[in-house]
Amino acid sequence: MATITMREAISQAIWEEMERDENVFILGEEVGVWGGTYAVTKGFYDHFGEKRVRDTPIAESVIIGAANGAAMVGLRPIAELMTINFAFSAMDQIINQAAKLRTMFGGQFTVPVVIRAVGGGGRQLGATHSQTPDAVFAHFPGLIVVAPGTPYDAKGLLKTAIRSDDPVLFIENATLYQMRGEVPDEEYLVPIGKSKLQRAGSDVTLITYSKMLQLSLQASEELAREGIEVEVVDLRTLRPLDMDPVIESFKRTNRAVIVEEGWRSYGIGSEIAARLYEEAFDYIDAPIRRVAQREVPLPYNRELEQMALPQVTDIIRTVKEVL
Amino acid sequence: MQKKELIKLYHEMVLIRRVEERAAELYQEGKIGGFLHLYIGQEAVGSGVIAARKPQDRVITAYRDHGIAIACGVSAKEVMAELLGKKTGTSLGFGGSMHMADVEKNYWGGHAIVGSHLTFASGMALAEQYRDEDGVILCFFGDGATNIGYFHEALNLAGVWDLPVVWICENNQYGMGTSVSRASAVEEIYKKAEAYDTRARRVDGMDVLQVYEAAQEAIEYARKEGPFFLEIVTYRFEGHSMGDPERYRTKDEVGKWQENDPIGIFRNHILQDKIADEKALNAEELAVEQEVQEAIEFAESSPDPEWQDLIDSIYVDEYRIE
Repeated sequence: MATITMREAISQAIWEEMERDENVFILGEEVGVWGGTYAVTKGFYDHFGEKRVRDTPIAESVIIGAANGAAMVGLRPIAELMTINFAFSAMDQIINQAAKLRTMFGGQFTVPVVIRAVGGGGRQLGATHSQTPDAVFAHFPGLIVVAPGTPYDAKGLLKTAIRSDDPVLFIENATLYQMRGEVPDEEYLVPIGKSKLQRAGSDVTLITYSKMLQLSLQASEELAREGIEVEVVDLRTLRPLDMDPVIESFKRTNRAVIVEEGWRSYGIGSEIAARLYEEAFDYIDAPIRRVAQREVPLPYNRELEQMALPQVTDIIRTVKEVL
Repeated sequence: MQKKELIKLYHEMVLIRRVEERAAELYQEGKIGGFLHLYIGQEAVGSGVIAARKPQDRVITAYRDHGIAIACGVSAKEVMAELLGKKTGTSLGFGGSMHMADVEKNYWGGHAIVGSHLTFASGMALAEQYRDEDGVILCFFGDGATNIGYFHEALNLAGVWDLPVVWICENNQYGMGTSVSRASAVEEIYKKAEAYDTRARRVDGMDVLQVYEAAQEAIEYARKEGPFFLEIVTYRFEGHSMGDPERYRTKDEVGKWQENDPIGIFRNHILQDKIADEKALNAEELAVEQEVQEAIEFAESSPDPEWQDLIDSIYVDEYRIE
């Protein structure tokens, strides 16, 4: 086992898959000569060359559109969106095209594209560069939406995504890039569409993913000192959603808090709560609660931005409310 | 083209025309749902360009796609079956009129979001270059698509990477009901390509042989040098789609263009050059009639797709779909 950062884990996954399969290539803004705006593809251009590490114009529609087209005829593009906020400029390609092409043409061809997009707030980038719109993308059948919260899962899930014949939106969180975690030395894959128990506990189930997994684990440690044992389930894949570990845990704890970085309304938490009501109503001992972003466009001002984003203290307070 | 090929081309254009005429009837009878965009009047564009392609050249187009499908070699049976939403259709009945594709014929659809498929064409052309293969992408779209951002992003990328693509603008004068002069700051559309340093040419789209010759030049240029743009001037004789009140043009205008019917022009050419006589062409037309009738019977007697077919078409990997 080696301890590496999230950035290294993602970088290693891409590097290994490019070494493994000549059809895998990268395209996006500043992925090549610059080395990636978040330095994920640093060194790739020198090693793999400009054919496989392609700097594009700043034109998100054609970045994803050309990736879709190349994927339709058998290549395996990894398209990088500098931030997930720019995905809105390519929404038609992600939602109307990648997610639907296979069905619409009766399964004649596949679209094995991976779209990497960096999301999350808390970096004083203002309202248009700080969003966590994961639920928007998870709404659409045909797309796969993955959002890992540890280096181990990031590497294993990204390798699986690159090998998958289905279109995958792979959502990274910019504030997690420096986070460290253990990763096996040997090759491994993590299956798409499987939630995972990240911490065992008996008093309440926290359901979360991505950066909020880390905040939830911190909150759990603090609560443990007070004798409250929290179980944490990491969704890892938002579509297709795997509710089995969530339901199983909930049937033991009978209490649930869902923690997400995106806005509360129409969010991931809304979906999980609804599923719990539909599928495990008889096990509910307390109202299911959500911790989420407050309903404002994120401001530049540091204090106000942090006020709007979910914090460890919010998670602790909400857990206590359902006990 | 040899005599045999010219007759085949005539047969194809008549087949496209007749499939569309019968499709309009079936639509009126309520057997075809959704939108139906007819290719009547534009046959020389699809047939002329596609006659010039090699098997490795991929074709992709917008939603007015039945004629392009047939020109690519898709049977009238499969086209009709898709129009009727049947499992035997090009897309298992999941795509309908606007989403026909047949990958085995190197025909990649049938795309209904204006401009989106121009970016696929750039990506497919990139794949040719990436794999060091020599296929060219033939990308059809209407004049209306030249005003959307996709057009500019796709032409720019193809230009900057020297991609093997032929852009084929079927200028039928109207984007739905809005004329080129009311929608485009540049009325001579081929000039827009020049903005991306892409070689461009304007062609008479009512003469299939002129289209064919221009396409040959464009395709071979794209194979060796990079993108080429053809503005092919044509006219749709019917409305934008079924139920178009056509308030944006006069009957006189439509009538004037109908005097330049691409099938009539080609027919006269065949007769004048003694490639075939009246009797032979009549026989072709009768054969088409039979072919379309059989296609309708095939489509009507075909099964609907199953629910499980739909589920299976979503993901390659197995996931539980609720």
